[in-house]
Amino acid sequence: MEKKIKVCVKNLNVYYGEKQALFDVCMDINQNEITALIGPSGCGKSTFLRCLNRMNDVIDICKVEGSIKIDGEDIYNDEVRVEKLRERVGMVFQKPNPFPKSIFENVAYGPRIHGLAKDKNELEEIVYSSLKKAAIFDEVKDRLDETGTSLSGGQQQRLCIARAISVNPDVILMDEPCSALDPIATAKIEALMEELKKEYTIIIVTHSMQQAARVSSKTGFFHLGNLIEVNDTETIFSTPANEKTLEYVTGRFG
Amino acid sequence: MGLILLLLFISYALGSFYLGYSKSRKVRVLNEGRPISLDKYYGYYIAIWSVVPAIIIFSVISIFDGFFIKNYVLSDLYSLGIDSSEVELLFTQIENTRNGIKLFNSEDVLIVNAVSKLNYIENVFNVSLVIIILCSSSLFLLFSYRKIKIDFDAREIVEKFLLITFFVCSLVAILVTIGIIFSLLYETIRFFSQVPIFDFLFGTNWSPQRAFVTDASDTADIENAFGAIPLFSGTFLIAFIAMCVSIPIGLLTAIYMSEYAKSNVRNTAKPIIEILAGIPTVVYGFFAVITIAPFIRSMGGSIGLDVSSESALAAGLVMGIMIIPFVSSLSDDVISSVPQSLREGSYAMGATKSETIKKVIIPAALPGIIGSFLLAVSRAIGETMIVVMAAGLVANLTANPLEASTTITTQIVVILIGDQEFDSPKTMSAFALGLTLFVMTLILNFIALRVVKKYTEKYE
Repeated sequence: MEKKIKVCVKNLNVYYGEKQALFDVCMDINQNEITALIGPSGCGKSTFLRCLNRMNDVIDICKVEGSIKIDGEDIYNDEVRVEKLRERVGMVFQKPNPFPKSIFENVAYGPRIHGLAKDKNELEEIVYSSLKKAAIFDEVKDRLDETGTSLSGGQQQRLCIARAISVNPDVILMDEPCSALDPIATAKIEALMEELKKEYTIIIVTHSMQQAARVSSKTGFFHLGNLIEVNDTETIFSTPANEKTLEYVTGRFG
Repeated sequence: MGLILLLLFISYALGSFYLGYSKSRKVRVLNEGRPISLDKYYGYYIAIWSVVPAIIIFSVISIFDGFFIKNYVLSDLYSLGIDSSEVELLFTQIENTRNGIKLFNSEDVLIVNAVSKLNYIENVFNVSLVIIILCSSSLFLLFSYRKIKIDFDAREIVEKFLLITFFVCSLVAILVTIGIIFSLLYETIRFFSQVPIFDFLFGTNWSPQRAFVTDASDTADIENAFGAIPLFSGTFLIAFIAMCVSIPIGLLTAIYMSEYAKSNVRNTAKPIIEILAGIPTVVYGFFAVITIAPFIRSMGGSIGLDVSSESALAAGLVMGIMIIPFVSSLSDDVISSVPQSLREGSYAMGATKSETIKKVIIPAALPGIIGSFLLAVSRAIGETMIVVMAAGLVANLTANPLEASTTITTQIVVILIGDQEFDSPKTMSAFALGLTLFVMTLILNFIALRVVKKYTEKYE
């Protein structure tokens, strides 16, 4: 069965001031799959991820060239409203960053600003279903009024995932979502990603090659701002085409 | 004379430092080894022992010698049956006569005798002071010099001394605060023995001049003259107007500076705003009297309002301008310290910048912002000069900001300016007002600090 391409990146060049961070990156990302991005620190994988929901717009000196199409629409087109784009492309960050509000308000934040709920009941429904999808509902259902920051690290990260899916995005970007978590919380989040890919397209940046191997169907390897290789995860980890990729995935460099 | 003594003292300290230093050198040669501490520490060690005890002895004796001298000089006069209330005056007369100021009773035998006694005892004290200090200082010097051995750790003792010095310095601020509280308390209690505390706190008529003028035996009149409610209301009215100006302007400035302004705008504008905090309050007073008050008066006149030339509104507006930098720079710091990750989290949800500020940043920074408001309020309550110049001195129980008004601090100034009897209720009322003000700002600062502290734990 032919997979549907969700995100299509062509000749992406990114500059921070004088310094070029990404060189001619081309990559297709399939719908309802998990795509992992690996590579040593500073190789541009986070920069690439942040281009996909235009989070780099916040940085004044950052300049983006090339085209990124999501469902065939160029997201750097002048007519695209960045707020609408981010409604479709959610993001989960490296460090859990729940707002210092109640658990309920954390998840209700997105639906509120985008006006997704007609009334209070509908809002509650969205919040509950998001929490359920993020596999945290049972743990917090009795304490929705407590502040989100009172949860443990793993719970906070799942709360952030619930927050990201509350606006029902198409794509979820995850920037090293497990690097601040212990192995048990990591396992929970990985299981959750497995569930989520049925509905969403997930792109995850990770430093853990085991994690990439465990969760993703496709893996891209970045090095010094270049996308060296992108292929099925199995191929990347067993018989990569590029010498550098082989060295990296076998742990001989990086 | 004083300068020569000071120079002598410094060269003495330097000399003793050199003694220790050279002894350490000698020890090094004699023992063919290194002393535990560096040479300079032996120098410091001896310098401390030769100087510090001398300073302590000198200060202790100077604190108490006045008392002994006075008792000695006046001992004969006491036996003649002098009223104790006249003792102070008499002693001042004796001192003045000694200093060559001719007084009506300078020729009096008693005074002449006392003057010679005073001269004698002062000489005795001075000479013995010098001897005591020289002896003790050289004793300590000798003692410490002999202690220097190869295994004697002078560094540890020098550092212990420094530790004690730091402790004493930090104690000074605390002791001064306690001293201020007690001096206020003492006078306040005296005041409340003449005027009931209830009348002071809840009376609505403030006219201390009346208590001064009328017969003091008419206690009812005294009680009625010291009702501080008009002062409290004036204080709060003016502070309220000031906060109405400074809170919105200051907060919006802070939001603009921390969230929207480009770094070059921020780098120029912030110092300029902070200059406002450096302008002397008297200058603000001019501004209020010369510019703002006539402006308000003509504005009021043009819409048919009767505005007095000195008004709470003028003082409050200018005070508000003065406080803007307090609110803006404190709030700016608080807003800037909201973690960037919260902003990114909000942007990633598709929120715009203003939504992020309204719904995430301000709520997260709110406790700190409130803390800055409370600090600004205590600043507004304590401000004096602008009110003296712009709001008038009349204690007026009114909520109308267009009338003249007055505040606690202003009344303290008014009461204590000029010659005062220090035991009249009018004068002592200033201390009661001061204590009330102190307690008020203390409570406000306490709340502010608590709120700010709570805020710092917020994100973790």
